[in-house]
Amino acid sequence: MTKPLLEMQGLRKQYGTVEVLKGVDCTMRQGEVISIIGSSGSGKTTMLRCINMLEEFQGGRILIDGEAIGYDEIAGVRRRKSEKEIARQRALTGMAFQQFNLFPHLSAAQNVMLGLIKVKKMSRDEARVVAEQWLGRVGLSARADHYPGQLSGGQQQRVAIARAIAMNPRLMLFDEVTSALDPELVGEVLQVIKGLAAEGMSMLLVTHEMRFAYEVSSRVIFMNQGVIVEQGDPKEMFLRPGTERLAEFLKSSSFQ
Amino acid sequence: MNDLMLFLNEVWIARLALLRGLGVTVSISLLAILAGSLLGVGVGLGLVYGNRLLRLVFRGYTDIIRGTPVLVLVLASYYIFSTVGLDLGPFQAGVLALAVFCSSHVGEILRGALQAIPIGQTEAAKAIGLTFGQTFGSVLWPQALRQILPTWVNTAAEMVKASTLLSVIGVAELLLRTQEIISRNFLSLQFYFLAGFLYFLINYGIERLGKYVERKTAVPS
Ligand SMILES: Nc1ncnc2c1ncn2[C@@H]1O[C@H](COP(=O)(O)OP(=O)(O)OP(=O)(O)O)[C@@H](O)[C@H]1O
Ligand SMILES: [Mg+2]
Repeated sequence: MTKPLLEMQGLRKQYGTVEVLKGVDCTMRQGEVISIIGSSGSGKTTMLRCINMLEEFQGGRILIDGEAIGYDEIAGVRRRKSEKEIARQRALTGMAFQQFNLFPHLSAAQNVMLGLIKVKKMSRDEARVVAEQWLGRVGLSARADHYPGQLSGGQQQRVAIARAIAMNPRLMLFDEVTSALDPELVGEVLQVIKGLAAEGMSMLLVTHEMRFAYEVSSRVIFMNQGVIVEQGDPKEMFLRPGTERLAEFLKSSSFQ
Repeated sequence: MNDLMLFLNEVWIARLALLRGLGVTVSISLLAILAGSLLGVGVGLGLVYGNRLLRLVFRGYTDIIRGTPVLVLVLASYYIFSTVGLDLGPFQAGVLALAVFCSSHVGEILRGALQAIPIGQTEAAKAIGLTFGQTFGSVLWPQALRQILPTWVNTAAEMVKASTLLSVIGVAELLLRTQEIISRNFLSLQFYFLAGFLYFLINYGIERLGKYVERKTAVPS
C-alpha cells in the first residue's frame, strides 16, 4: 500500500470563536479527482485554503506525501513552520481561485514564468519555454503576450490554471473556478480541467457544477457545517444519496 | 518697445544671478524629492507592514508633518538644529525640512496604493510558493508604483513650489535672487513674472516627464 498523497486528520479551523471546520478527516490517493460539494458556508473554501496554508488552522494535521504542512509538533508543542519552509510547502500544491487573481501588470506568459523563475530558479529562457508549453495546453498559445486586461474571463482563468500547473504541483486545488464566469465561458475552463484529470493530475475541486462533478470525479465529498457528511462514488451518491442532508442538497441544486 | 529693451537689458545684466538662483532651486527640489521619496518609501512600508508600535510611530510622524505648514518646518529645521549646536547651513536645513515634508506625503501615497491592491494578489503569489520578499518585489511594488506615479509627480511639483520658502532663511534660490535683482532695478512686475515663468517651466518639465513614464509603464488593456 503506497503512502497517500494527502491526508487530513481531525482538521479544525476557527475564525475567532466560530468553528468553521470541526474535525475533517480525509485521505486522498495520487491521481484521484475529488469534487467537494456542499451548501454555501459549509467550509469548502476554508478547507482548500488550509491545505495551501493561506489560512492558519488550530487543530489536526494535514500531510502531503506524509509531510506535515504548516506546523511542527515537537514533544506535544505545536509550532508554525518558518515562512521559508511554508513557502516551499505551498509550492507542493497549486491553486486556482474563483477570481483568477492574475497579476495584471504581467503578460500571460510572464504570469506563468514568475514562479518558475523565482521558486524553481529557472532561467528566463527555460521558463519561457515551459510557459509557452502550458499556455499551449490550455489553448492560449496565441495569447502568450497579452495582458490580463486584454483577455476574457475564461481566458484569464485558463492562464491562472496554467500558472499553477506549470509549477508541477503534487496536487491541484480548484475553488469554484467557473463561478465568476459568464455561462458561455464556463465550458472552455471545464474542458481544460477534464483534460488534466484524464492525464492523471490529482485534484481537489470545489464546485457548484453538479453535472461536471458527476462526470469528472472519481470521488465526491459532501460537506455540511464544517464536517464531511458523506463521500463516495459520484454515481452512487448522486443517484442514491445516503443521508437526508445530501438528498436535500441535490434537490436544491440544479442537478437532475 | 523701449520698455521691452530695458527689461531685456536688465535680464542680461542679471543673467548670472538668475541662473545661479535657478540652479539652487533645481538642486533643492531634486535633493528634497530624492531624499524625501526614499524616506517616504520607508515610511509607507512601515505604515503597511510594521508592527503595531512602528505603525503608530509612523502614523504620528505623517500626521504631524502633514498638519504643519511647510514654512514652519523650514524655520524649525533651521533654528532647532542650530540651538542644539548642530550647525546645518540654511541650504541643508531647508532641504532637510522639505525632504521630511515630502516623505510624509510619499509615505501616505504609498500606503494607500499598497493597501488598495486586492488581497487575492498576495494569495496568488503565496500559492505559487513566493516568499513575502519575492511577492513584494515582483507583484506588489510594481503595481503600487504605477498607481502612485501621477500623485508622486504632483508631490514633486509641490516641492518645487515649496522651495521658495527657503528664501526666508536666506537660501539664494530663484525667488530670493529675483527679489535682490528687483531691489536694484525696481522692475518688480516684470521680474516676478519672469520668475513665475521659470517655475512654470520646471514644473511643466516634471509633468511631461511623469506623463512619459506613465505611458512607458502603462499596462495594456
Ligand atoms: N475571513 C473570514 N472571517 C470570518 N469568517 C469567515 C471568513 N471566511 C469564511 N468565514 C466563514 O466560514 C464559514 C465557511 O466559509 P467557506 O468560505 O469555507 O464556505 P464555502 O463552503 O466555501 O461557501 P461558498 O459555497 O459560499 O463558497 C462561513 O460561515 C463563513 O462565513
Ligand atoms: Mg467557497
